[in-house]
Amino acid sequence: MTHVVSLVFGLEALALLSDPFPNGIEHYLLGGLLVGLGTAVIYLGTGIAAGASTFLESTLSYVSSLSRFEQYRASRDWRVVFTLGIVAGAAIYAVTFQSGFLSSSLHQTATTGELYDVGGFTLWVTDVQPWRLLLGGVLIGIGTRVGKGCTSGHGVCGVGSASSASFVGVATFLLVAIGVAQLVAAVGVTP
Amino acid sequence: MADHESHPLFLPLVFVGGLIFGFGLGFSHMAQPEIVLNFLLLEDLGLLFVMFGAAVVTGLVFFIAPAGIGRAPLTGRAYGRRLKALDRNVVIGGGIFGVGWGLSGICPGAAYASLGVGNYAILWGIVGMFIGAYVQGYWRSSDLETGTATAGAD
Repeated sequence: MTHVVSLVFGLEALALLSDPFPNGIEHYLLGGLLVGLGTAVIYLGTGIAAGASTFLESTLSYVSSLSRFEQYRASRDWRVVFTLGIVAGAAIYAVTFQSGFLSSSLHQTATTGELYDVGGFTLWVTDVQPWRLLLGGVLIGIGTRVGKGCTSGHGVCGVGSASSASFVGVATFLLVAIGVAQLVAAVGVTP
Repeated sequence: MADHESHPLFLPLVFVGGLIFGFGLGFSHMAQPEIVLNFLLLEDLGLLFVMFGAAVVTGLVFFIAPAGIGRAPLTGRAYGRRLKALDRNVVIGGGIFGVGWGLSGICPGAAYASLGVGNYAILWGIVGMFIGAYVQGYWRSSDLETGTATAGAD
């Protein structure tokens, strides 16, 4: 087992040396700048540093009377609107660039998962197995809420605020996730 | 800090911000768990440009706005940074989140965006996140009575 893991790490390190960015960086950078811009628009207008994971608890406050969720009642409406915006924004991407109606040299066509056609639009679905999504989702629901943030709350807003709690949070979930992903791949789970 | 946001443009602005945010996640392929897993397997480090590209933009705005603009026009709120208390929970929760992220390649914002690009399978993950959020809410609701709660804006 240790040999398999170290072999995998060794191979990954080799692959990394040869090309850490096999899909280029332009679409990553542009997408990241837009994620930041969306956060900035909300912040400039409202003073709110919006993250994505509080939505889970604030939405539960509609259907649960657990005292933990009470604190989010006041913000639950706009958090639903924010999440619907995220879904709709990604859908706009899907019906434009993903479907080929808009093109740009900065855009990368999907190289993973499956593309499928609905009414002339190209949609995308993952190959990652449902049990990984479900079990991962449960741990994410627990961890982001106990840990006070996710990749957007800690990773974007918190790091952007130079918050020491967020630096620690990001370092923790990044390192743990790299280890777990390597381990899952090493025992042969794919995709 | 009650959120009595009654300005008619408040919700539309939040929606527009969400649109840009979600489009960016789609364009950068963060809505594809495979791409995130490839990052965690150190096969494609592009995700670093997404997270830090976004953090640089918000960082600039978070530091400039308090100096240049008095209060947020739609809410009257003072501009502040996103600061949380650094305690054990940040590490424990971050660790649990890391296991889930490494197992699945999804995170909350990217999962919502994934639904938008047509990834119906992501519903497994989103249902899981609600279950997890409920479970920790159930555990921690008794703690609330003792006053150890911390408000969050994530």
